[in-house]
Amino acid sequence: MATQNVLADRRATRAAQARDRARQRDLVLGGGRGPRIAALTALVVLAALWLAPMLWGLATSFKSEGDAVSLPLTLFPESGFTLEQYRNLFAAGNVQMWMFNSLLIAVLVTLFTLVVAAPAAFAMSRMEFRGRAALMVLTVAAIVVPPQLLIVPLFQQMVTLDLVDTYTAVILPQLVAPIIVFVLKRFFDAVPRELDEAARMDGASYWRLFTSVILPLSRPILAAAAIFVFISAWNNYLWPFIITTDPALMTLPVGIPNILDSYGTFYASQLAASMVAAAPMVIVFMLFQRQIVSSVATTGITGK
Amino acid sequence: MSAPTDATARPRSGAAPTTTPPGVGTRLRRRTVDSPLVFLLPFLLVYALFLGWPLLSGLWMSFTDIALNGAGGAFVGADNYTEALGDPMVWRTLGNTFLFTLMTTVPLVVVALTMAVLVHTGLPGQWMWRLSFFLPFLLPVATVALVWDFLYVEDFGLFNSALGFLGMEGLGWLTDEGVAMWSVALTTLWWTVGFNFLLYLAALQSIPDHLYEAAALDGAGAWARLWYVTLPQLRGTTVVVLLLQVLASMKVFDQIYLLTAGGPGDSTRSLLLYIYDVGFTGYRFGYGAAVSYLFLAIVLVIAGLQLWISARRKG
Repeated sequence: MATQNVLADRRATRAAQARDRARQRDLVLGGGRGPRIAALTALVVLAALWLAPMLWGLATSFKSEGDAVSLPLTLFPESGFTLEQYRNLFAAGNVQMWMFNSLLIAVLVTLFTLVVAAPAAFAMSRMEFRGRAALMVLTVAAIVVPPQLLIVPLFQQMVTLDLVDTYTAVILPQLVAPIIVFVLKRFFDAVPRELDEAARMDGASYWRLFTSVILPLSRPILAAAAIFVFISAWNNYLWPFIITTDPALMTLPVGIPNILDSYGTFYASQLAASMVAAAPMVIVFMLFQRQIVSSVATTGITGK
Repeated sequence: MSAPTDATARPRSGAAPTTTPPGVGTRLRRRTVDSPLVFLLPFLLVYALFLGWPLLSGLWMSFTDIALNGAGGAFVGADNYTEALGDPMVWRTLGNTFLFTLMTTVPLVVVALTMAVLVHTGLPGQWMWRLSFFLPFLLPVATVALVWDFLYVEDFGLFNSALGFLGMEGLGWLTDEGVAMWSVALTTLWWTVGFNFLLYLAALQSIPDHLYEAAALDGAGAWARLWYVTLPQLRGTTVVVLLLQVLASMKVFDQIYLLTAGGPGDSTRSLLLYIYDVGFTGYRFGYGAAVSYLFLAIVLVIAGLQLWISARRKG
């Protein structure tokens, strides 16, 4: 019974979505066929152009080194596709290690960024204290400072603290994310004050108000912020590249170009390595497309 | 962390306004837990240590001759700054940075807008279009650089093969001084356009239906609707996208470092690459910090200018 209901619901949702799309299409394009065909053609061409580089790289990663560079270029290699490059890559072992590092660092950066940002955003949104306005101004000003311009003094700082080549050094500077504080504060501001007044009347502390009223209501924005921070941390290149010299501590984006120097110009193996580096994000995207899309749209103020 | 957990555990056990007056100890504890400082402490610590401190120590370093290994460190006054202003490489790489910003900003806005407008038509295949346009943005730069490096190879790269197929001469995509910056810009367009695409798509979805309905009543066709309804509604978003894009393009490092390492010649060396070279290859930390601060000043001026312009437009 229950399953049937769920299925029927899902069908109904699908049908409603299709109706919405058709309605939107008619609203934006008018009813005519000409504009519809033109727009669809443009979409297909653009999508093909945007997919081609990755697909070409993917196909080449399954070729032998000889086939990868033989002319004329063909999608289907003479000696067939092979898993050789991937076997060699995983046999060498570095890729698994870097993937572990990337995952560990991205998860910790995401977790700690939220632990640092959410209570601060709450205090700025709900509590009265001296210097609140100044703190807000500083937070917004910090958004404009590109962290890339701090690499020199940050590196010096890590030398002084004797943290070069540690996870700690990779993680700590990445916790500075004023944009996240700003986005969370804006969201908390929009939560109706009647809710906290009721809780305060009941004698709840600010901490309780934060943990049992505000946070549960903020799940969507917390998820959006988490996704955004995770993507940035996973793909961060410059800082991990500067602060790690020990291959055992490198993240995927830093490690992969590094081994390639020793490969020379073996394109198929290079491409296999870069496909492995891309795979986790592609899978995450396939699973959470809608969340990622809305996360970037709401949090998307930093950019590359 | 233990104090807050304490406080949350207590009210949960009994109805909130406590029947017995709280003892001095609990009141004190509650006041500590309820102080803004408890909420702000991690934030203040992290930001003071990893934003405030490097900003200040970097400023100090820029007035010294400190080296990567910590040697030196004597106060040299404004020497680093006067040297930077007379350093032809600072001007060259600043010029390259502006060139890259110009080459990328325009297509990154126009192509993103085109993609978003097309997807907004609600044509079938929504999932596929979003995947194609946005997925590259999620790829690590190592993947992007290696895939495009392979496309750009002169002898057997896809691009030169395609040109050859059309009967045209191949290009030195990453080896010709006149072409390399365009190639880096093209890769950047492919990699990051999805971000602006999503910002535009979100803005498009908030355009109220009645505007289109009114246009339909006036007999507007697809082009007229695009021109008189959609595009005017996107002006505010375009200001934001432009601001973010200019600032993002100015900070370019990753893809240039991996594709060309600043070459051929210095034709693709950006200012951030030069700061890296000076500091981490040339070991001149004081000088690197000084160039960073000049760069920061430029970034702040540009950001301020853009905010001022957008504020004036609104007002």
